[in-house]
Amino acid sequence: MEFQLSCPAPLRHDTIQMAHGGGGRAMRDLLESVMLPAFSNPALEGRHDAAVVEAGGARLAFTTDTFVVQPRFFPGGDIGELAVYGTVNDLAMAGARPQWLSAGMVLEEGYPIEELRRVAASMRRAADACGVAIVTGDTKVVDRGRGDGIYINTAGLGAVPAGLDLGPASVRPGDAVLLSGDVGRHGIAVMSVRDGIAFRTPVESDCGPLHGLVAALLDGGVTPRCLRDATRGGLASVLNEIATDARVGIEAREEDIPVLPGVAGACEMLGLDPLYVACEGRMVAFVPEAEAARALDLLRSRPEGAGAVRIGTVTDAHPGAVLLRTALGTRRVLDLLSGEQLPRIC
Amino acid sequence: MKYLDEYRDPAAARRLVEAIRGLVTRPWNLMEVCGGQTHAIVRFGIDELLPEGVRLIHGPGCPVCVTPIELIDKAVAIAARPGVIFCSFGDMLRVPGSASDLFRVRSEGGDVRVVYSPLDAVRIAAENPGRQVVFFAVGFETTAPANALSVLEARRLGLANYSVLVSHVLVPPALEAVLGSPDRIVDGLLAAGHVCAVMGTEAYHPLAARHRVPIVVTAFEPLDLLQGIHMALRQLEEGRAEVENQYDRVVRPGGNPAARAVMDEVFRVADRAWRGIGVIPMSGLVLREAFAAFDAERVFEVEGVGGPESPHCRSGLVLQGLLKPQACPAFGTLCTPDNPLGATMVSGEGACAAYYRYRRHGLA
Repeated sequence: MEFQLSCPAPLRHDTIQMAHGGGGRAMRDLLESVMLPAFSNPALEGRHDAAVVEAGGARLAFTTDTFVVQPRFFPGGDIGELAVYGTVNDLAMAGARPQWLSAGMVLEEGYPIEELRRVAASMRRAADACGVAIVTGDTKVVDRGRGDGIYINTAGLGAVPAGLDLGPASVRPGDAVLLSGDVGRHGIAVMSVRDGIAFRTPVESDCGPLHGLVAALLDGGVTPRCLRDATRGGLASVLNEIATDARVGIEAREEDIPVLPGVAGACEMLGLDPLYVACEGRMVAFVPEAEAARALDLLRSRPEGAGAVRIGTVTDAHPGAVLLRTALGTRRVLDLLSGEQLPRIC
Repeated sequence: MKYLDEYRDPAAARRLVEAIRGLVTRPWNLMEVCGGQTHAIVRFGIDELLPEGVRLIHGPGCPVCVTPIELIDKAVAIAARPGVIFCSFGDMLRVPGSASDLFRVRSEGGDVRVVYSPLDAVRIAAENPGRQVVFFAVGFETTAPANALSVLEARRLGLANYSVLVSHVLVPPALEAVLGSPDRIVDGLLAAGHVCAVMGTEAYHPLAARHRVPIVVTAFEPLDLLQGIHMALRQLEEGRAEVENQYDRVVRPGGNPAARAVMDEVFRVADRAWRGIGVIPMSGLVLREAFAAFDAERVFEVEGVGGPESPHCRSGLVLQGLLKPQACPAFGTLCTPDNPLGATMVSGEGACAAYYRYRRHGLA
């Protein structure tokens, strides 16, 4: 059997696997071979967290996301907060000021109303903290056993300032790559309380909004080329997506990427690479070299960006690939993950 | 995390690299036995730091990779049975059998669960008395004690719905096969630290003496590996062939007697097929007759299940150190982690997966 590696990529599976939701190569293949051909249009081609569309003369960022986390309450957050911050962050990554959200809920028969109340209150608190309003919604109930308690979909709208065009296509060789804080906290916090794995760790999720960091950059006169929040697939997936979509290379230094000791220890125990573990409050910013130092100062001026660091540089040397300089001074590829990260045997 | 930083200190690594460079007078081939060591070597680029002529060869030490395709096919067949809860460590789920894998079984409705300890599988069995719970007991001497313990625990609880699909392999017989091969190119061995933590170092002395080969029990962090390499090369340069212990913070000569006792109570040594390599005499563990009721192969009668390997897969040569992953014609083209021909491309400890992940572009 022979096949070309050019598009459309061959799909190995004829049914959906868990890996198709993992944020790695399988998910990207699914998008490229099924979703993008089916829905093809100019706004979708931007390949960004939010589409930027024009309506009545205004430029609006528009995005949607669905939240299925298990367990629903975890150290440092819950599914309600995630559903608000996730969509707010996707809007912010397009440079938009988040304004309105929708909330669609799929509830499973038997789900406790008291818990729903807690989740709704949590969503309201998060929305207030971000200055957004949840202005429309929908509720469906499915039979017991056909859901997972609660699934939440949120969509969001926000205005994009005139002339601002953030996205992978704007990234240029020579740009600095900045990271707003340590990585891998959310994934480890969730795993630490997941049935069957539970272990004791002081790690709390980084679940939080990023719109304030974006505003700090824009108000401070820094115009990023591209912003992307690291979620499923972690930092490594973000860097790979940008390298591929922007057709640039990225070189990063492993030592410069902050990982909390508790996260590093848990990852060692489970055989996971923290660079692929989910974040929910971390942003990667691609900024022109001349603005890098000021951008770092602006990020660090806010509590959620206090740990901001420069982790690397964009290059034209190896388009589509991310290279990591290891602590020992050698180089290795930081690749897109194939499927989910799986804990090892020993 | 102090213990991590200590073993990844760049300045200490540089000193060790210098020491190695000062030591070596001629080319040597060292084999690291454990897949975890292979990944650390490729991930940190340790092989690139070594003097020209010192080659690291990847050995057969990935339990996922050497699990025979027939057993993967049996696992798939059992997991697809109605009423079965099939439990496995995570990295077995993606390994291709002849026609399917456990992930696919799950997507088609099979109840396949990732567990982190075999005792979790026993708990699941206790909580689901109306269903058969099967644990895929895979691994070297490292995982065998806990898997044995799960059988003892199931017996203590009187569970009639718990069984294990056993694919345990032993390291020393595999090393005997590698060192005794007429094609042998290995001058020295870095033995797997975790295996020795359980079994001790006694089994390695006759190997070292018989084959005139230095064996250094080595751990998994960059400094561990560099130190193990230094110790093995020093022996080679001095003409010695002894067993040395780099991992003495964990490994004792007698290993862990309690763990060995549990293993011996539940398992006995038997011939075992290794994927890509073939049958190695007395290189595996099977359940003793007293525990036959916990043997999934007997409970489910899955004889005759299974198909052939892909004719393009050369993972057996990779596992024996006879072929570098990227020298395989299928590497990165016919065979990728998304479309693997063999287990070495999907396992978290597989040599092909390490090269694909860290070196694939020919850039690093």
